[in-house]
Formats: sequence, structure tokens, C-alpha cells
Amino acid sequence: MSEYAEGSPIVLPDDPSFGPEVQVDYPGYRSTQWRAPKRKLASLPEEFHSLAGPVFGDDMIEEHDHDLTHGHPGEPLGERIIVSGTLKDEDGRPLPGALIEVWQANACGRYHHVVDQHPAPLDPNFSGGGRCLTDSEGRYRFVTIKPGAYPWGNHENAWRPAHIHFSIFGSQFLQRLVTQMYFPGDPLFAYDPIFTSVRDPKARELLIARFDIEATQPEWALAYDWDIVLGRGGNGTTPMENPQ
Amino acid sequence: MSLPRTASQTVGPYYTLGLCRRPENELADRNDAGAVQLIGQLYDGQGTPIGDGLIEIWDAAGNRWGRSGTDSDGRFSFVVVKPEALAGQAPRFDVFVFARGLLRHQLTRVYFPDEAEANAADPVLSSLDEPDRATLTAEQEDGALRWDIHMQGERATVFFEH
Repeated sequence: MSEYAEGSPIVLPDDPSFGPEVQVDYPGYRSTQWRAPKRKLASLPEEFHSLAGPVFGDDMIEEHDHDLTHGHPGEPLGERIIVSGTLKDEDGRPLPGALIEVWQANACGRYHHVVDQHPAPLDPNFSGGGRCLTDSEGRYRFVTIKPGAYPWGNHENAWRPAHIHFSIFGSQFLQRLVTQMYFPGDPLFAYDPIFTSVRDPKARELLIARFDIEATQPEWALAYDWDIVLGRGGNGTTPMENPQ
Repeated sequence: MSLPRTASQTVGPYYTLGLCRRPENELADRNDAGAVQLIGQLYDGQGTPIGDGLIEIWDAAGNRWGRSGTDSDGRFSFVVVKPEALAGQAPRFDVFVFARGLLRHQLTRVYFPDEAEANAADPVLSSLDEPDRATLTAEQEDGALRWDIHMQGERATVFFEH
């Protein structure tokens, strides 16, 4: 990794226009090198920051789409979990009717995807994709199994901590968010350049779900609680310069 | 008092499991008047096609949205009709680019080649110099609209703060 960092032409854009929470180009994560834009991002006039986004209705969602353990001949292997939380904006307002889509590896750390050749077993009872709309209080809820960690070849002995991918559409176009949810206490956090690409330790903590004993279902499933906060999508979405 | 926003993370290489369960790249019926294919390729800074990218396009004026994954040649394709122009602006799609290796999605726009006058008056397009404008303008190609996206390099597409 150090060889890569020294030999690469990467410029770390600490420019605040790249946003306080994200380093667009991050030497520890190799794929950023030729993909992350190198030029300064162009500015959009203020009036273009507010733009309503696509609205998805119930026709996007089928009855069992929130349940990743459903739809196969049998139950998937792994630890059954409930993942739920509230989608809000920065002002704390819940966002109802928002489309949330998720995808994840199976309990062995293998994705049901042709590109994933990790020599761990596929599970014929797990495809790993789901979706739901948030309810009138901005709540979402998925039933799934806890995904496994997996190796990914970014550097020697690189392993991703267990995570679930989340894609979220707010009501504003610029509220769009794709992120990953992690599980508490994972020993791989410190070794994962994707997790640590979020530079602010507090922002990293917010990617970790909370074990939620209240939401568990006795004799059936453990539970995790994870709230998601979107930008306002209008004024304030564009990160402001740190006042330091 | 603001709550801290949830940070962005890369879409990774396996997003099709969650985001491409059904085709969503037709924003218009192929038989609609004015329906046209919008095609292109997504390239990295070495000119290599990005085969695991995801392009989302949004016609805010017409409430038409779609997305297309890229194939092993970096190709994406949509069926579109030209959006209505908003007051004082040229017709366009707002576009997000997602890919493994992007910690956050990138925001760009695509404009139409047969709208020279409107494009020249568009407040965003006209604020860019000519080579940059060209990166945001599709070209006619065999009855389709072709628009390639370059993440880096001399022909790097203009991306916007968001």
C-alpha cells in the first residue's frame, strides 16, 4: 500500500468543495485512482441546488421486497436479523415515502453476483437484494441475515467488514445517497480503507448500526437500528467551508 | 441545529443485486414521437471502459427518471424524449454517475446538440469554456444521441459540486 501511495500521482482533494464527509480520491482505496475526478468540481448557481427528485410509488414495491429471507425454496443460512430505522433530513424531519434499496453478501461473505469469485459458498436461498418505501413516519424495516466479511484484493489480506449497501432517494434530487451500514464491534473497521475513507471519526461512527434489544423478536431474530440523515437537498446541501 | 448527515460510501461492484432488478432505462416508449436512444460509454482516467458503473438520469421538467448499468465495454443506454426546457434554460438531463472507486456519486448534465441557441443562453453551460461545454453536449450518431463520460484526463467530463 505504501508503494502505491508514493508512486501514484494522486492529489488528495482536501478542497472543501469535495465535502466534509468524503474524500473523493483516497490512496488506500485503489479503485479511486483512475476513477475519482481530479479536477475541481464546477459550481452550480444557488438556484439549481433545489430540484425536486423522482417520486416512487407503491408500484415499485412488492409485498415481500423488504424481506430478503423470502422468495426461495428454503430459509437462507445465517443469523436472521431485523434492520430498521428512521430516514430524516438534517433538520430532523422524517422523510416519508422514500425509496430505500439494499443489497448485501450472504452469511459466508459471498455476493450472488457473477463477478464475485470469493471461494465461499453461494446460498441457493439468498439473493441479497431488497427494497421498501419509508412509512408516514419515515421508518423503514428489512428482514435479512447478517452478511459475512469477505476478502477483496485491494491490498494484501484486505477484508471488508460486514456491511449492507443502502441506496436512498429523498424528495429532492440532490438528497440522493448511496452508502453502507456496518455492525457494531467489527474488528475489521481499522483495516478497511472504504470505512476509513470517511475522514471524520464521528461520521464513521454514524455508519455503524446500534444493536437494538427492544426490536429483537424472541426465538426468531436479532435486531439493529440505524437512522439515516440526508442533506436538505436545497440550501445547505453544498458543503460549506470549515470555519476553522 | 443540524443533524450530521450520513456519509456517502461507494456503490461497489455488486450494486446490480439491489439496483438493477428490472430494466429502468426507458424514460419514454420507443414508439413515442421524438423518442431517441441516448447511448454512451463511461471511461476511467486511463481510457479504460468502466464496466461496473451506474448512470442515473433525471428530467425534472417532465418527471422522467431512469438508470442504466454499464456493460463490460462501459456502455450505457437509455430511451428518452428531449425534456421540456425550464424558463431561461436549455433542455437537459441531470445525471448522477456511480461506480466502484467513487466514494461519492458525481453530478453532471447532458445537453442536446440541436439546441445551439438555447445552449448558448443556458446559465450553467454558458459559464463554462468551449472544451468543457463539449463534454456536456451529446452528439448525433446514426439517429441516436451519443454522450461519453470521462472521469479523468484531457477530455474529463465536467462534474458539479453537490
